Amino acid sequence: MAIAEKDVRWIEEPKMGLLEQLYLPAIFAGLQTTVRHMFSTKVTVQFPEQRPTMPPNYRGVHRLNRDEQNRVKCVACYMCATACPAHCIDIVAAESPWPDREKYPETFVIDELRCIYCGMCEEACPVDAIELTSLYDLTGLTREEMMFDKEKLLSVFDQTVAAGTDPVRTEAGKLGVASEILRKTP
Amino acid sequence: MNGFSIWYTLITIVAVMAVILGGALYLVLLERKVSAWVQDRLGPNRVGKFGLIQPIADALKLLFKEDLIPARVDRVLFLAAPAIAVTTAMMAFAVIPFGRTTLPPSWGNVPDHQTLEQYLQTYQFMIAPRVDIGIVFVFAVTSLAVYAIILSGWSSNSKYSFIGGLRSSAQFVSYEIPMGMSILGVVLMTGSLNLERIIEHQTTGWNILFQPLAFLIFMVSAFAECNRLPFDLPEAEQELVGGYHTEYSGLKFVFFYLAEYTNLVTTSFLFVILFFGGWHFPLIATPGEGGVIVKLMVMAVKVLFFVFFYLLIRWTIPRFRFDQLMSLAWKGLIPLALVNLAGVMVIKQLGWSLWLLLPLSIGLFFGAILLAVSDRRQLRVNQP
Repeated sequence: MAIAEKDVRWIEEPKMGLLEQLYLPAIFAGLQTTVRHMFSTKVTVQFPEQRPTMPPNYRGVHRLNRDEQNRVKCVACYMCATACPAHCIDIVAAESPWPDREKYPETFVIDELRCIYCGMCEEACPVDAIELTSLYDLTGLTREEMMFDKEKLLSVFDQTVAAGTDPVRTEAGKLGVASEILRKTP
Repeated sequence: MNGFSIWYTLITIVAVMAVILGGALYLVLLERKVSAWVQDRLGPNRVGKFGLIQPIADALKLLFKEDLIPARVDRVLFLAAPAIAVTTAMMAFAVIPFGRTTLPPSWGNVPDHQTLEQYLQTYQFMIAPRVDIGIVFVFAVTSLAVYAIILSGWSSNSKYSFIGGLRSSAQFVSYEIPMGMSILGVVLMTGSLNLERIIEHQTTGWNILFQPLAFLIFMVSAFAECNRLPFDLPEAEQELVGGYHTEYSGLKFVFFYLAEYTNLVTTSFLFVILFFGGWHFPLIATPGEGGVIVKLMVMAVKVLFFVFFYLLIRWTIPRFRFDQLMSLAWKGLIPLALVNLAGVMVIKQLGWSLWLLLPLSIGLFFGAILLAVSDRRQLRVNQP
């Protein structure tokens, strides 16, 4: 469709002064920028030797938190497995050997290859038992290796606590808000 | 008198070729490093210290690649093109002095040389000394390089290569003209096409002082001839994949690369020789036989400066549009070079001081700008 004459705006090309038209000052200014950047601080992080510090709310490998008695905090409520959009959490619940809860997870397996690291599981967890840590360099040679079971996930907890890289979502190493309620009603 | 010892020449050829080939390899590394630094990165630094073995690793990788010839290419021309590219690039180096050179006694003005025999005993830092057509030889040989690009573009049977080849043929032909004409002023001033002579002539004052405009024109044209970035339309990777060498891989691709970087070095040498006094540097490197190492170093430093300049310009000026490229050559550089040449002729003929050339250059430059400013156009823009 043709453009109506009233919609056409005629504008003048911005007039360049003599100095601008020379282009040489502009080129020299450009060269200055180029040279300045040449000697500026480099932003490259030399990965295997230098490791980037991830923000504490980074969503990396999962961990299963422990409570003060070093037991797994999970109560096997299946909330995380239900919330998981990738269906990567597989829990087998069993009767709890401890008096403060009815169930505990007999097995707790997360398929780290299937996980999309969305963080829905930790949002869903009523006892803040599952969390995403800032470990990002997750590698494995087989698919089986990437199925993280309960022991492995608990070891991630130990590892991150030892390294002092607890996620910000709960107070470091302590129980979260939901667990406080749980503890008050034994 | 036959001339120099064949051994001198052979050793020089081997040494120069080794330095040029190795230098071209390391120029690739330098290019990558400088590109990285300009972009606030570190550049290759994994293979060897500071990535110094990177070029060797690259070369080995390309060497062992499959020698692939695509189906439906013109095999003869497809194979000939990289060979032509690298041969012409290397041949241009034959007459380029890269260190101390002295003049034979028949040309006079060098008291150190008493006889021709003594002159012939002196090592001249170039493969073929006493080539009287020097600069013409360089131009003749380097303009053959356009065959490599056109042939590779045409024989590849690929639209990207073809358009790249077409573009470059127009570009090369256009920029040969201002390049040659900007040099003519220098040749007129010296009265010789011989590169040693041109250097010797500049010991009283570098040509850049007299002919800054000619240098600017020559430099812009040389950038275009080398397919360096502001003018790299033949291989504009964003639009033409790889341009004329899209279909090339492995060793044949290396040849194109080698030719490109050799040309870069050659033109850097030409800048230095034609406009920046070659090996001459006031007080440090003066005419005569002495200071062999110093002269070599002076030359190397000057050339390195221009090589760096090449690399930096690449990250400073964006690529020209094709019509801009053409109008720069035909409407800007060629008339300017012509008028500049006429000015040199007049001043030489009337025997005026050569220093008049400096205001002439500057005046011409500003005159051209004033002409350009007076040319205004209207733009049509749709309102949203």
